[in-house]
Amino acid sequence: MTLPTVAEPSCYSRAINDWICGQYLTDRQQEIVDATTQHVVLTVVSVLVGLVIAFPLALLARRLPRLESLILAVTTGIYTIPSLALFPLMVPFTGLTATTVVLGLALYALTILVRSLLEGFRSVPDEVRESAIGLGHSRTKLLVGVELPLMVPVVMAGLRVATVSTVALTTVGSLVSYGGLGNLIKDGVSTNFRAELLTASVICVLLAVLLDVLLVGAQRLLTPWTREVRS
Amino acid sequence: MNVLSEAWRYLREGDNWTRDGGMANLLGQQLLLTVTALVAALVIGLPVALWLGHLGRGGFLAINVSNVGRAVPTFALLALLVVAEWPGTQSFGPYGRAGLATLIALTLFALPPIITNAYVAVREVPADVRESARGMGMTRPQQFFRVELPLALPLVMSGIRLALVQVWATATIAALVAGPGLGRVITDGFFRSNYGKGIAGAIVVAAVALVLELLAALVQRLLEPAYRDTATPNRDAGMSAVASTVVEPTDVVG
Repeated sequence: MTLPTVAEPSCYSRAINDWICGQYLTDRQQEIVDATTQHVVLTVVSVLVGLVIAFPLALLARRLPRLESLILAVTTGIYTIPSLALFPLMVPFTGLTATTVVLGLALYALTILVRSLLEGFRSVPDEVRESAIGLGHSRTKLLVGVELPLMVPVVMAGLRVATVSTVALTTVGSLVSYGGLGNLIKDGVSTNFRAELLTASVICVLLAVLLDVLLVGAQRLLTPWTREVRS
Repeated sequence: MNVLSEAWRYLREGDNWTRDGGMANLLGQQLLLTVTALVAALVIGLPVALWLGHLGRGGFLAINVSNVGRAVPTFALLALLVVAEWPGTQSFGPYGRAGLATLIALTLFALPPIITNAYVAVREVPADVRESARGMGMTRPQQFFRVELPLALPLVMSGIRLALVQVWATATIAALVAGPGLGRVITDGFFRSNYGKGIAGAIVVAAVALVLELLAALVQRLLEPAYRDTATPNRDAGMSAVASTVVEPTDVVG
């Protein structure tokens, strides 16, 4: 009040260092948007890669029951390895690139997805399968036209779990500088920058919730029959 | 492939293990953190979850705590705890720098799988079994300790296994926020472009993780009674679900 000409220090200046700071959001908007975009891309690509690998594995496991326990044991083993150790273990092969993060995250998603795909196959009633074969469906038509649609609810549940945990795990990618919002969190810790840290953490959680809601919406669109049954 | 041979050289150098603050020290520190956090989470979470499961109340909470736990990045929570006034980065006894912050984060992340699995385990005990127990004249504590708890044990154990995996992973990540533990070998290596060292640390962390998981599986097998193979399919699904124990919460809660 005595020095009206001096500009107010921003709420994220070193002296104030507020946790919540609107000024930070506007001043560093571009940085935040970039990190969020990278985060979303890494997450979505990882889950998709995981799904693409999980599907043939699940088909294989179903066809050859002996392989099933092997596939489950290996994927569970991978899941046991902490993310901060898995990324370095891939670096000799993929270098300090986004590929390292995507492959690592895909491996985690894979574990969840293989299991839920197998559970999905099991959730299709045998009568339905037999009726389809009785109607003259080929193997492919049985899979695409009958089994896959009926599996959607179970597989979607797994996809939601995989997506939400991938959003959280992506932050660890900051070890190789591809961590999306994790990069901001890392910077926030090393420079004691509270607004940056809290903002990135909150966006991360919001992102997880948003993707989860989108998947629930997609599931409702994909399985209109479940709604009709309920009403 | 050069970094791999560098990592190998780092692992074979005895001094890297034995010196003060070497890998043996850090490994001990991380194991101590893991055990402490797991025990704390068991003491806090298990009685409540088992009791709620017995009463059949609070299912929404018990199930959703896992969903929340999954959505919050361990890295973010650790970072927030370390940067906050309290607990901050202060050293905490044998737990090292930022020890208290790490312990709090580890315990919080161990709670969801323990609570959800224990709740579901007791909840899932078939109604006819419960009724038989009551019909035989068992008191409530008898019903719980002699019937529900033994039947729930396999699923409770798999929750503890999940928690162990989670705690070990989170304890490693603590190094990203300058915390204690073996993860520091990884972050030191990577942030100082000494990739051989980073990869060596990762190998040790991964190997110990696998050993812990195997030990936990062994304990689980020893505790499981002989009816393992005849368990209901529902129960098996619950046991097999890695981090997806709540895949069908609606079915579970009924």
